[in-house]
Amino acid sequence: MAPRQRGATDPAGERELLSAGDVARTVARMAHQIIEKTALDAPSAPAVVLMGIPSRGAPLARRLAVRIAEFSGVEVPTGTLDVTLYRDDLRRGPTRPLEATKLPEGGIDDKLVVLVDDVLFSGRTIRAALDALRDHGRPRAVQLAVLVDRGHRELPIRADYVGKNVPTARTEEVHVLLDEFDQRDGVVLR
Amino acid sequence: MKHLLTTEGIDPAQATAILDTAASLKQALEGREVRKLPTLRGRTVITMFYENSTRTRVSFEIAGKWMSADVVNVSSSGSSVSKGESLRDTALTLAAAGADCVIVRHPASGAAHRLAGWLREAGTSVVNAGDGMHEHPTQALLDAATLRERLGDLRDRRIAIVGDVLHSRVARSNVHLLTALGADVTLVAPPTLLPTGVEGWPVTVSHELDPELPGLDAVMLLRVQAERMHGGFFPSAREYSIAYGLSERRLKLLPEHAVVLHPGPMLRGMEIASAVADSPRAAITDQVRNGVHVRMAVLYHLLAHEEETS
Repeated sequence: MAPRQRGATDPAGERELLSAGDVARTVARMAHQIIEKTALDAPSAPAVVLMGIPSRGAPLARRLAVRIAEFSGVEVPTGTLDVTLYRDDLRRGPTRPLEATKLPEGGIDDKLVVLVDDVLFSGRTIRAALDALRDHGRPRAVQLAVLVDRGHRELPIRADYVGKNVPTARTEEVHVLLDEFDQRDGVVLR
Repeated sequence: MKHLLTTEGIDPAQATAILDTAASLKQALEGREVRKLPTLRGRTVITMFYENSTRTRVSFEIAGKWMSADVVNVSSSGSSVSKGESLRDTALTLAAAGADCVIVRHPASGAAHRLAGWLREAGTSVVNAGDGMHEHPTQALLDAATLRERLGDLRDRRIAIVGDVLHSRVARSNVHLLTALGADVTLVAPPTLLPTGVEGWPVTVSHELDPELPGLDAVMLLRVQAERMHGGFFPSAREYSIAYGLSERRLKLLPEHAVVLHPGPMLRGMEIASAVADSPRAAITDQVRNGVHVRMAVLYHLLAHEEETS
């Protein structure tokens, strides 16, 4: 589960896990891994689409697509998939605002869908995402790419592409910062 | 949010949040094969309609079903109401039977409000689906959603509400909501169809339609509610239509971008000319479509969060 964003906290309580440069390098490496594992530049390539989970998975998916195009010459369609309405914890907090869902041109039927999120934690967001995908079509396969895997899974879910594994305490919060939302790139532990 | 009883005094941020949710839901459901979301699985929504209705009841029922709630419909005929059970007892029965939300339409103004009081202990949410001549908040929300779709932000938009304001809960709810959202509302009606105390409303009042039309961004026509009229409010239907009906001639006086709304059911040839109702400027079918998404959004804001005490 992506940690909910809170307001600015004392920077003194922060520990940097990835710098801006690390984030860029990590995204580039993940792009290479996606190209290699899906063989999307092979002649008999499967049609790959990247679906970012808002909020921060959405720009990550777009960044991955840019890198994949750069390294392989293949333009991979991207979309966003809001999972709020599929969450199992809606009754454990205040009303959550909804985010945009936008399927890529051509939909997801028979595509290899790579879900993209910033942090993999309990696995409940991904469980919700799998349910949401099912209502939008029938992908040929679904894979998962996350920038940070912080452990503490509560469901049998694992990522196919992991930017960085970070051992954390349950009480800590991992925040992925992206230029699009936070005016800088980085990953910090609070 | 625990109940939706009125738009009077509604927090503009809350109203905007509901409208944003409705827009997201509409976008999320567009073009989908499976128009069903699991969000309210296991929640029970009961509609209690003590007055005739097609679109509102159906719209709430579809909204609940698309969110996977279990929806049970109760109408006054065919239930214990026809045996003389009071509103309070019926409501307590439904709450005891497991209703998480009761949606009520009732001919008495204030019925939904009373119901919310009786159901406080049970923790059941109440939605006012129209109480007498008082309010119909989800209609106002769907009108606002439709206007936002066509016009964008409603701040400083000029909107006229035309016709039988006196008997109209739609007008009351819209006045409160649209002004809360920053719109500039004008009521256009003969003096006999304006409520007493209208001077205290945050609106401008006019008795003539033609001079208002060129400056409007939207015009909302109200149904002439013959069933609530016992006496001479205007000389004849024909005279009313000539003075306040939106004819093709009047449509031409409106700016190009102006939107025509009608909450339905409409009386063609009375408050709206048939050709106007079918013109692309009229957003009447959009209103019905948005009604489902707005009611889904309302149920989401009432039921999909942790319990709150109020």
